Amino acid sequence: MRLPPYAVSWLQVSPLALILTVFFAAPTVLFVVVSFFDYDRIGLYPAFILDNYRELLTTPATLRVYVSSLKFAVIVWAITLFLGFNIAYFLIFHVRSAVVRTVLFLLCAIPFWTSGIIRTIAWIPFLGRNGAFNQLLMELHITAQPLEFLLFSDFAVIITYVHLFTLLMVGPIANSLTKIDPLLLEAARDAGASRWRTMTEIVIPLSKTGIALGSILVFTQVMGDYFVVKQMSGGQSASIVSALSTEIQAMQYPPAAASAVVLVVFVAVMVAAMMRLVDVRKELAR
Amino acid sequence: MVVRLQARSSDGSRARPWTFYALASLLTAFLIFLYGPMLVIYLLSFQGPNGGVTFPMVGTSLVWFEDILKRGQMANIPVSFGRSITLAMLVSLLTVAISVAAGLGFRRRFPGSGGLFYLAVASLVMPSLLVGFGIALGFQVLGWQAGLFTSALAAQLTWTLPFGLFAMFAVINRFDRSYEEAASDLGASAWQRLAYVLVPILLPGIIGIFIGALTLSYDEYARTTLTAGSRNTLPLEIYALISSSTSPTLFAIGTLTTAVSFITIGVSLGVVRHIQRRRLRA
Repeated sequence: MRLPPYAVSWLQVSPLALILTVFFAAPTVLFVVVSFFDYDRIGLYPAFILDNYRELLTTPATLRVYVSSLKFAVIVWAITLFLGFNIAYFLIFHVRSAVVRTVLFLLCAIPFWTSGIIRTIAWIPFLGRNGAFNQLLMELHITAQPLEFLLFSDFAVIITYVHLFTLLMVGPIANSLTKIDPLLLEAARDAGASRWRTMTEIVIPLSKTGIALGSILVFTQVMGDYFVVKQMSGGQSASIVSALSTEIQAMQYPPAAASAVVLVVFVAVMVAAMMRLVDVRKELAR
Repeated sequence: MVVRLQARSSDGSRARPWTFYALASLLTAFLIFLYGPMLVIYLLSFQGPNGGVTFPMVGTSLVWFEDILKRGQMANIPVSFGRSITLAMLVSLLTVAISVAAGLGFRRRFPGSGGLFYLAVASLVMPSLLVGFGIALGFQVLGWQAGLFTSALAAQLTWTLPFGLFAMFAVINRFDRSYEEAASDLGASAWQRLAYVLVPILLPGIIGIFIGALTLSYDEYARTTLTAGSRNTLPLEIYALISSSTSPTLFAIGTLTTAVSFITIGVSLGVVRHIQRRRLRA
């Protein structure tokens, strides 16, 4: 007996489909349902009420935390895109030896293997009032007093995000840059294109899949952040998810679920917009 | 002399443009930025017994490392480390098996392939804590006990499987299908093609997926925190420590975990190189 090709594919993808359906899709549907439930201190009551959403969307704190997360996401996206693109371009087109390229790439990647929590708190002795950076500045007589804004501030949050997530930009962009034929760049140069024109008219359009993928990864990481803001802002700002987890700890599941639904819709719309720019599937599964 | 210099630069192939130096400086600055704070915590983990979490160093010692191993004193770092490693091994074995199979399945379009692809994308970009929240809620509704090897394992798989699938796409893109066709023409069965052609050729990529999944799982916090039940993994234990104490012990844990990562990377690179060498010789 021979199975038709699509049936073979179905068999091959069935474990993946099963796990994602049971442990991702179904729980997602579940919290969407729960977000309409009624609750009190004792338990949940199946219902269809909009109170959880009404409360969430009319609290000024919601708007504040979304604006602040979005601000972080945009700033971090811009910085990681600049760093990620330039580093990837350097590694792929300027470094001539494959060994040097691998070593440099590994150097960029190794900190990624250290726990994110540890990498976050690593900034505390570095940026603190008596931290390494302030002492270096005073040693060099650049500043007379320690800079106070370095730690437990928006600045510290952004620095930590960039430290954590730049590799997410370098990887996908480098992957799409390797697919560009260097002869194409040479042809552009021979035809008289300036460095800038080669960049804007050949390299950037041909690497837009990597740029989009990296942007999606960085954006969703920042929007879904749980502890960087909590740890590094010194309580000045909250993140969407850490506010949500406070509700979960208080066992207020329906409002937490409503807040989760709003966040998921928000992230989904942003990701869908970025995916419209490129056919990620075609590029990935080619 | 002058003539020779001009000849060198006009042939152009070895001359570096100014952008090379600009980008090389950018990369150097980035690497300093990347490693600076890490070096600070590696140093501070050797802080003397009377020292604190910032400079200056008050002598050097290994007391903070001993602190980790003292059972009961420091939460239970060795125990939770063991749990994390066991869970990570299980997660990455499952990830390799499932995502390699799925990657092969995705080589042709099949009814539902688009839907499954976007399900995987959604699972990857979903804020992690929400996945854990959904699963924990489900277990609660069904009256099941959340546990490390049930709900936490499932929560981690929703993160490592899409990663494994997309990594498999990249691995398969570089695979020349004519090898498979040749094997087929020579009368190899489907299993023989898999065992003697596909898997050996894709092996370095498969090892990469294993290591990737291992580190993703080993470090996972947000998906695990609501689904782990009563027994903590290492990241959960570290997180609990951050809120309760400030001593260089945290930095010692950081130094140790980095050392573990380095060993893992070193060993896996060694294995991949060994495979490549053997292949070159063959």
